[in-house]
Amino acid sequence: MSDPSAPDGTSGLPDEPTEAPAGPHRVIGTPPPAAARTMLGQRAGDGAAGDGPPPVVRELPEDPPDPRHSKNAERLIALLFILSALASVGFIAAYVGLEVGPIDAVLRSNLALGLSMSVAFLTLAVGATIWVRHIMPPVELTEERHPMAATEEERAEFKKTFTEGAEASGFVKRPLLRRTLIAATLPLAAAPIVLLRDMGPLPGTTLRHTVWRKGLRLVTYGANTPISPAEFSSAGGMVTVIPEGYQDDPDALAAATAIIIKFQPGVLQPPTVMDWTVDGIVCYSKICTHVGCPVALYEQNFHKILCPCHQSTFDAPRGAQVLFGPAPRPLPQLPITTDADGYLVAMSDFHEPVGPSFFERG
Amino acid sequence: MSVERALEGVGRALDDRFRGARGVRVLLRKVFPDHWTFLLGEIALYSFIILLLTGTFLTLFFQPSMTDVVYHGSYTQLDGVRMSEAYASTLNISFDVRGGLLMRQIHHWAADLFMAAIFAHMLRIFFTGAYRKPREANWLIGITMLVLGMLEGLFGYSLPDDLLSGTGLRILEGVLLSIPVVGTYLTFFLFGGPFPGNDIIPRLYIIHVLLIPGLLLALITAHLFLMVHQKHTQMPGKGRTNTNVVGAPMYPYFMAKTGAFFFFTFAALAITSTFVQINPIWLYGPYTPVGISAGSQPDFYMGFLEGTLRVFPNWTWDAWGHTVAWNVLIPALVPLGVIFTGLALWPFLEQWITGDRREHHVNDRPRNAPTRTALGIAGVTLYGIFWAEGANDIIADHLDISLYLTTEIARYAIFIGPVVAYFVTKRICLGLQRKDMHLVEHGVETGIIRQLPTGEYIEETRPLNEEELAKLAVDAREQPAALPVGASAVGEPDVPAPGMRGGLGKLRERLNKVVTESVPLDGHGNGYGGHGNGHGNGHGNGHHEAEPAVVPSGGPEESSQAETATAAGAAEAGDGQGDGASQS
Amino acid sequence: MSWITAKRRRPAASYAVVLLGLVLVGAIYAAITEGGESSASTTPTASQAQIDKGREIFQLTCATCHGLEAQGTAVAPSLIGVGSAAVDFQVSTGRMPAKSIGAEQEQRPAQLNPTQTRDVAEYIASLAGGPAIPTPAEVSTSGANVGLGQELFIADCAQCHNFDGAGGALTDGKYAPALNQATPTQIYEAMLTGPEAMPVFNNTTITPNQKRDIIAYVTDTRTTPNPGGFSLGRIGPVTEGLVAFLGLLFFMVLAAMWITAKHRKTADE
Repeated sequence: MSDPSAPDGTSGLPDEPTEAPAGPHRVIGTPPPAAARTMLGQRAGDGAAGDGPPPVVRELPEDPPDPRHSKNAERLIALLFILSALASVGFIAAYVGLEVGPIDAVLRSNLALGLSMSVAFLTLAVGATIWVRHIMPPVELTEERHPMAATEEERAEFKKTFTEGAEASGFVKRPLLRRTLIAATLPLAAAPIVLLRDMGPLPGTTLRHTVWRKGLRLVTYGANTPISPAEFSSAGGMVTVIPEGYQDDPDALAAATAIIIKFQPGVLQPPTVMDWTVDGIVCYSKICTHVGCPVALYEQNFHKILCPCHQSTFDAPRGAQVLFGPAPRPLPQLPITTDADGYLVAMSDFHEPVGPSFFERG
Repeated sequence: MSVERALEGVGRALDDRFRGARGVRVLLRKVFPDHWTFLLGEIALYSFIILLLTGTFLTLFFQPSMTDVVYHGSYTQLDGVRMSEAYASTLNISFDVRGGLLMRQIHHWAADLFMAAIFAHMLRIFFTGAYRKPREANWLIGITMLVLGMLEGLFGYSLPDDLLSGTGLRILEGVLLSIPVVGTYLTFFLFGGPFPGNDIIPRLYIIHVLLIPGLLLALITAHLFLMVHQKHTQMPGKGRTNTNVVGAPMYPYFMAKTGAFFFFTFAALAITSTFVQINPIWLYGPYTPVGISAGSQPDFYMGFLEGTLRVFPNWTWDAWGHTVAWNVLIPALVPLGVIFTGLALWPFLEQWITGDRREHHVNDRPRNAPTRTALGIAGVTLYGIFWAEGANDIIADHLDISLYLTTEIARYAIFIGPVVAYFVTKRICLGLQRKDMHLVEHGVETGIIRQLPTGEYIEETRPLNEEELAKLAVDAREQPAALPVGASAVGEPDVPAPGMRGGLGKLRERLNKVVTESVPLDGHGNGYGGHGNGHGNGHGNGHHEAEPAVVPSGGPEESSQAETATAAGAAEAGDGQGDGASQS
Repeated sequence: MSWITAKRRRPAASYAVVLLGLVLVGAIYAAITEGGESSASTTPTASQAQIDKGREIFQLTCATCHGLEAQGTAVAPSLIGVGSAAVDFQVSTGRMPAKSIGAEQEQRPAQLNPTQTRDVAEYIASLAGGPAIPTPAEVSTSGANVGLGQELFIADCAQCHNFDGAGGALTDGKYAPALNQATPTQIYEAMLTGPEAMPVFNNTTITPNQKRDIIAYVTDTRTTPNPGGFSLGRIGPVTEGLVAFLGLLFFMVLAAMWITAKHRKTADE
């Protein structure tokens, strides 16, 4: 490598700066300079041949440069390791001695176990680091790289071996064998994929329907009580509803869950289907038409339904049309009416598939 | 028992059977170059080991089942509530198994650290060019591990079947549904029927504890083997060349350092798990498809996908009884695909553009590869904007910014941001190169002030010593004319080389100019750059100076900074400014 | 761009860059952040003295925006029929009297003391009735079913207020506030009257018992200790990710720097 500003031509020896060393060079993260620099396998003082066995030179020095400093470091490291041992014992003691169960107990146990484990590891880590930096003598060795590519002879030999093997195998020269072997592996490779078929049923028309049907009551989620318009009478009210009897059926709920909203008279308007509303109460699917999160954030003063996942916004009085966000379609509206007891019931299933788009939706 | 005697006994026994003396010696003697950035990959490695250890503990107590149970454990707030066995067993681990909460927290923090370290490590590799030949395969293995890590984390935190992660699975279902033709089938096969079904948790469990860890272990082994076999790269410095490795040997130095680092990793995770709560599933409650929380986000390494879903407008096609949901398909597949494919192909693209097929074992300083660095920062910016958009409701709430405005800003930022970032970064790199040139030419300030006889004060400078100069690695900027040169004879039209023909060849040439743009070494002008002379800066290799470098004394300027105004790779590099016709 | 390059090593250059950066960030943030304001509403039984006192306070503090007869004006809604519960909620949480007009009122220290609050509430209630301030028995959480409260909260409240009541963003600068400061009475009143953007959960939709269950869940959860350590605001993976990068990874980088640092005490170089 070119080295235009090297004061002398000798590389491999540390340079003395020619001026007073005022350059600011405490550089973090660069390796220490060499106390001993050698090449791999080279022996210093390898004199003329026939001198007798050359003296063995150490590659790695035995001791660090400053004995007193390293003795201090040794004591510190020993202390840290003893601390680590104590902390590990402490961990075992905390495990045995501290119960869990109530939250306060869990907090205490977590704190004790975690703290002792942290101390145990941290002291080990710090001790080991000081050991490397202050007990092991600093050293810088150089190892030669060889080009990754093999030599031409080696490549030629490989080629010879490989080609001979290919020819001996008959794979290359006998196309009938080759082709039928490949033909044999293809369906075999397809078999594991085919084995996955029974992982699930075919979708069929499942996604087009929910469990809602004529006469099925709406109940509030959690309380499972039916709702009458006389009770759900405050304008600006909203609550999550599910079909009666399905509170323990997550598969049904994942498609059928809905919200009802009460409006002042005259606020609801097309494209909301007015025939499907009761007394200013409208029912929309709670499953967002974007990717299926429950859409439940209702801003009653501006009549907006907001999905918290990706902020799709729907216009509640006007058929839940999309106002903003990535949802492609309005929330499907569930036709509702009241039954003989005055409670809200569905008139039928949704008139379109609920939830995210899928290819066959149309 | 002395070392000698141990070697005589055990050592002989082993060597008699395994012939270790030579091979193991080479391994023990292996030199590892030292730089703190080389330890980033180790953070990921040790996090993975800790994940395996804590994960094994968790498998002893976790029940991967969606069967409903009624909870009667120690967390009284949920007493009597119906929940899946998976959720109940996670509550059990947290509250009724000693050390369980700690192990859960270490496991989750380790997963976060694993991914964060992979990002940091990957960026280090990218910005120092350590992916170049012969390390492209390792780069590809790394990208694969990044993707696997993301999946592993996603499946892992979905196992407890809580409200937050269950919402994530719901979104996964919605995304799968949008895939044309096969979407509904994929969804029903994965979930064993309509969402949520009864199968998803046990299936994710086996993928999470067996399949992906197995793959990761294999890939990590390959990754480390390649690194040892090809030897680690090193930072530029004195005595460090492309044909050696300078550092400390594996035994005992590197072993000790890496051991210490393992304990640091474990300590950091233990400290964090003691004092900072993560994934408090008891507060989220069991999953129900009826409920959702405001501020629902996936773990950070999936946040970028969350952002893409939020930012995209609601485009959809409905035709002939079928629907293609572009509003889900594009954000789910395209940015991810672009970024990961771009990452994977970059080493090969760079080779094609620069024509550089040499082995590289010395890292680049990022400033010495301005276009690469600028592209990388542009990519990071794009990723970062999506990532921030994924948390836009939290940002809106806490920074008092209108919710829709965050999305609107993001929609423009994803286009403007990377372009601005590219431009700014490239100029910064070139500026830093100039600073290096200044150091090379004028030396380092010593802080010693001298007064000249004329009364003027000057600061003395000293020339850089060998070590300092080597670290600047200014020579690394010199890119030989690695593009194939064609034939030219007197009086005949130039025949371009095979790889340089046609539209693609012209594109390659223009990209080459952009990518190899650097501040030349002899910066004070002896006919360098931009004056249509084609012989560069006297290094006699015919490479092109696209950079109309600035002469500090304010000489005549090339006005067009065309190469900086373009986004990555679209080099309309206004090279029609007399800077030499495409000279092959 | 060359004049910038030429001037780049002047002493003022670095200051100029930093200043430019600060100004840009500040300007952008100021442009996109919200000022924020706006407002909303509403109960029975009180002495005439209370009502008179209430009218006095009203005319002094509230009539400017709400009109002398509480009939509402262009900037504030009518308070006729909102009831004492609504007034008690708005005033005791400090949202009213409003400091400015805008998308949403922020919770502040209450500006009227409890007696004055009560008086104004009774005055408004006297105008046309409306939901009443709940009695202590109605908001007592003893014997409440926390499990049911959790289910109801998750289904009807968490989507705005977050699973832990940490609050969340709404559109156009509005937000659902955090619940950690709200008293049981205020929670009850808020559900009952649906202030500002919040829907109305009247007593026949969410019965008083169910309201108590929800209140029990909210108050229980916010006082639940965090066994795993500091909770980061119980916001979720966003803050956890920040800690992973800014805390964990940063610490590891420091450790890496230390392990590989150049040894100061070595003889040469």
